[in-house]
Amino acid sequence: MNNSVTMPRRVSRSSEFVNGAKATIPLIIGAIPFGILFGTLAEPSGLSVLGALAMSLIVFAGASQFIALGLLAAGAAVPVIIATTFVVNLRHLLYAANLVPKVRHLPQHWRALMAFGLTDETFAAVSNRYLQQEDIRDAHWFYLGSFLAMYSNWVLCTALGVALGELFPDMTQWGLDFAMSVTFIGMVIPYLKSKPMWAAVIVAGAMAIATAAIPHKLGLMIAAISGIAVGLSLHMMQSKKHSTQGKTHE
Amino acid sequence: MNEAILIFGMFLMTFSVRYLLFAVAGRVHFPEWLSTALGFVPPAVLTAIIVPAVLMPQGDLWISFSNPWLLASILAATVALVRKDLLTTIVIGMLAFMLLRFGLGL
Repeated sequence: MNNSVTMPRRVSRSSEFVNGAKATIPLIIGAIPFGILFGTLAEPSGLSVLGALAMSLIVFAGASQFIALGLLAAGAAVPVIIATTFVVNLRHLLYAANLVPKVRHLPQHWRALMAFGLTDETFAAVSNRYLQQEDIRDAHWFYLGSFLAMYSNWVLCTALGVALGELFPDMTQWGLDFAMSVTFIGMVIPYLKSKPMWAAVIVAGAMAIATAAIPHKLGLMIAAISGIAVGLSLHMMQSKKHSTQGKTHE
Repeated sequence: MNEAILIFGMFLMTFSVRYLLFAVAGRVHFPEWLSTALGFVPPAVLTAIIVPAVLMPQGDLWISFSNPWLLASILAATVALVRKDLLTTIVIGMLAFMLLRFGLGL
């Protein structure tokens, strides 16, 4: 790069990669019980050992994989499960939209690889990186570090879960699913810094309860969209007030 | 085979949703309001997943101090507010849950 003289010294690619993996470790720890649980639940739900491993390797989408198991166990048809995967993954469209300005400069094969690795965890880790450092020239190496750490952990935990499921058939009663909830709680709290954000979260939570009976987890999307709509409306009302009245309130 | 179709179909749905916007990244420009809206996405989606898991762990609404999911979540949220550290939050939350559920038998 010939413009490197005017730019601040960049962090090396390998340290970006290592930093990405490191930043993802707390999230990976939250995902460990989740991955193991997926492995243990696969066979009782009607997925073969090979199918469970292939799903983690090829699909790589925790929530969708769990919902697929639930639907398989309930005897749902394959097209229904595939359609549900689409709905549950719509949130990734929104994550991707958030990241678009950061991947625009990259070649298509990098974007495809990053898209494959776009999970809740990597999105959270990478968003922090983009917030803290403005230089994004090598940030895709940070992303790759986060993705590969998450991916290898997910596949290994699935394999471990499959093995444990054979050893302890009653493991599904241990309450490991709480690990997902507690991880998500830890991820949401730092966002709660403004009234619109509080409103968005409260509405999303209340609507998730109100719509829980809607089949195929569709209520999740309704709840999230309601929360986003309320948060956005409040945010816009606030900024309008600020621009017309000046800074009369905090 | 059925399982192969299921996995390939799920892959297609997952990957295409994740890749769509990345693929056309150079030509997409979002208006201000949309970028603001996207900032609300992660907390809204995560909350919509957490709340039913914690308040309806066994299918029905269960708001009570004998609900270990709820108690451990309140503790975890408090830890997250005070410590602002994800790993501490997860460890304390999980320990509390295990203790309530299997230690005290809630």
